[in-house]
Amino acid sequence: MAEIVLDKITKRYPDGALAVSEVDLQIADGEFIILVGPSGCGKSTTLNMIAGLEDISEGELRIDGQRVNEKAPKDRDIAMVFQSYALYPHMSVRENMAFPLRLAKVDDATVQAKVNEAAEILDLVAHLDRKPGNLSGGQRQRVAMGRAIVRSPKAFLMDEPLSNLDAKLRVQMRTSVSKLQKQLGTTTVYVTHDQTEAMTLGDRVVVLRGGLVQQVGSPQFLYEQPANLFVAGFIGSPAMNFLPGTLENGALNTPLGTVTLSDRIRRLAEAANAPRELIAGIRPEHFEDAKLVEGKPGGSFTATVDVLESMGSDKYAYFTVEGETATTAELDELAADAGSTDVPASGSSIVTRLAASSGAVAGQPLDLWYDSDKIQLFDPASGKNLTYTE
Amino acid sequence: MSESTQVTAATTPEPAPAKKGKVPLSEGKRAERRLGLWLIAPAAIVMIAVTGYPILYSIWLSLERYDLHFPDQQKFIGLANYGAVLSNGYWWTAYGVTMFITIVSVIIELVLGMVLALIMHRTLVGRGLVRTVTLIPYGIVTVVAAFSWYFAWNTDSGYLVGSESAPLTSTWPSIFIIILAEVWKTTPFMALLLMAGLALVPEDLLKAASMDGANAWQRFTKVMVPVMKPAILVALLFRTLDAFRIFDNIYVLTTGQNDTSSVSMQTYNNLLKGLNLGIGSTMAVLIFISVAIIAFIFIKVFGTSAPGSDDGGKR
Repeated sequence: MAEIVLDKITKRYPDGALAVSEVDLQIADGEFIILVGPSGCGKSTTLNMIAGLEDISEGELRIDGQRVNEKAPKDRDIAMVFQSYALYPHMSVRENMAFPLRLAKVDDATVQAKVNEAAEILDLVAHLDRKPGNLSGGQRQRVAMGRAIVRSPKAFLMDEPLSNLDAKLRVQMRTSVSKLQKQLGTTTVYVTHDQTEAMTLGDRVVVLRGGLVQQVGSPQFLYEQPANLFVAGFIGSPAMNFLPGTLENGALNTPLGTVTLSDRIRRLAEAANAPRELIAGIRPEHFEDAKLVEGKPGGSFTATVDVLESMGSDKYAYFTVEGETATTAELDELAADAGSTDVPASGSSIVTRLAASSGAVAGQPLDLWYDSDKIQLFDPASGKNLTYTE
Repeated sequence: MSESTQVTAATTPEPAPAKKGKVPLSEGKRAERRLGLWLIAPAAIVMIAVTGYPILYSIWLSLERYDLHFPDQQKFIGLANYGAVLSNGYWWTAYGVTMFITIVSVIIELVLGMVLALIMHRTLVGRGLVRTVTLIPYGIVTVVAAFSWYFAWNTDSGYLVGSESAPLTSTWPSIFIIILAEVWKTTPFMALLLMAGLALVPEDLLKAASMDGANAWQRFTKVMVPVMKPAILVALLFRTLDAFRIFDNIYVLTTGQNDTSSVSMQTYNNLLKGLNLGIGSTMAVLIFISVAIIAFIFIKVFGTSAPGSDDGGKR
């Protein structure tokens, strides 16, 4: 159990490349914190610096108030779970889990007791004498977890531990990781590029981009109050829709038409000195089939449904809106990360989540409504959220 | 192309239908097999001609009395040649010397080779240069290298010995100089094989070991060596088989004088200098058997994965 403090942690490689820049973070004892971001954002580097596998160029890392910058990984008393699991192929499951204890020269009886206890928790008792090569992906993952928990370390570091599992198992393991962490109450730093894992697992989420912390907060807060375009686009699935817009006399003009903003948003935009040209963001669930909405303030437009995906509980309807598209460095990077840069697009593509009772039909025009009180406005130059409230 | 792979993929899960010989092969499959046989035929014929025939011929010669000085007395004598060689003191001395040189040089090569491999593996700057420099001894022709060692240790020209001493004229100093020449020459080869093994050790595994509390030595002994064990065994097997047949270094350095002769030297002396084809072939067959035993021990006892049998190593 420990509190981990990152005090302006910076990683600069010998060639001058800046991987992580002045990360400030206070991780409370027992907290489950997620580092999330696209590949190359510095999340794994940050984790490796906490682990001691990479040197810290500048700043101070404190565990339980003690500076540990210069300590070797083995002296920091933290355990790590790797994406590849990094199980020792020549050792049985039992020996794998016992390895840290053996190195710590723990006596035999205790080693057996601890390994059995961990195997019990992780449901590995039947596999203790097998080699990792004969285990399934999920079992290997659990052995890796077991090796981390046997010696009751001060903290767990997890580097994309579920990324090598298939989708169904990943969801299952996600729940067990979360349960295990609650059960043990050990401080955990978890790195992932998957925003769903970030949303579902953590007490707090740290969004990184290009080595810089974009925002820190609870998953719900990040979803509702993203600090900038990048966080807004990264958190949430399907992602937020972005449209170029102009603000005039409290009315927002976008390719979806002109809508009068709610007083709340108008005040926030005024307070933030919003420029005339900006980017409007609307989440998919803030659209609705116009027939199902009555009397609520908002904008409306008509468009042809390109694709309709029925999920049972909701329907996802995809539209293309002609006109200019919103482009900034942040949005380009998000698109590159999602691999959608190559998709030729004329106009902006809009994803909406409609109620299951909606009468949307693919290829047919549909009247749509969107909630004018849920629109978020972003400064295209800085990416800052102009409607952000603490 | 894709069609044929599909056929293979579909038939593999069935329990070896070809072996039972009952299930008739499909026309395409049979044609494929026939083509395969045709394609390997030239290589197989060459192999049989250049290895199979000489092996069988020397086994035949070893069962004959056949001295080219007395070609008229050629006669089949069964295993008498083996009796003569195996009861001969010179043969056993040579066998002992060969074993000693093999074991000592391979052990030293393993240790030095591992050090070199680690250096080459870890080098970040000038990697190509470091590797090239390390491999120079292996690139030099053995006889040339042996001569430079000979001149270095020779009484007249030697810069490594005083004018009073002559290490190449007594048994043990000679043997150690031979071992030195062997080690100098083949350590890079060992290092190369071991480096290929080091590349098999995932970086994550070493990181995990340091997180688990292992220091550098523990990471090496408890993780690296066990994981690269298959590569180490293959390297040892290759080098042992090679070292057992040592010839050039001894031929140049001592010509086998003062009980420094190896089994290969003895064979050469009997076969080509003595022109005794019977005895020489017997020795050659005995070397062949020894080498086969060494390979057998490595593969069956230590579990070395034989080259070509890709069961992915027994991990």
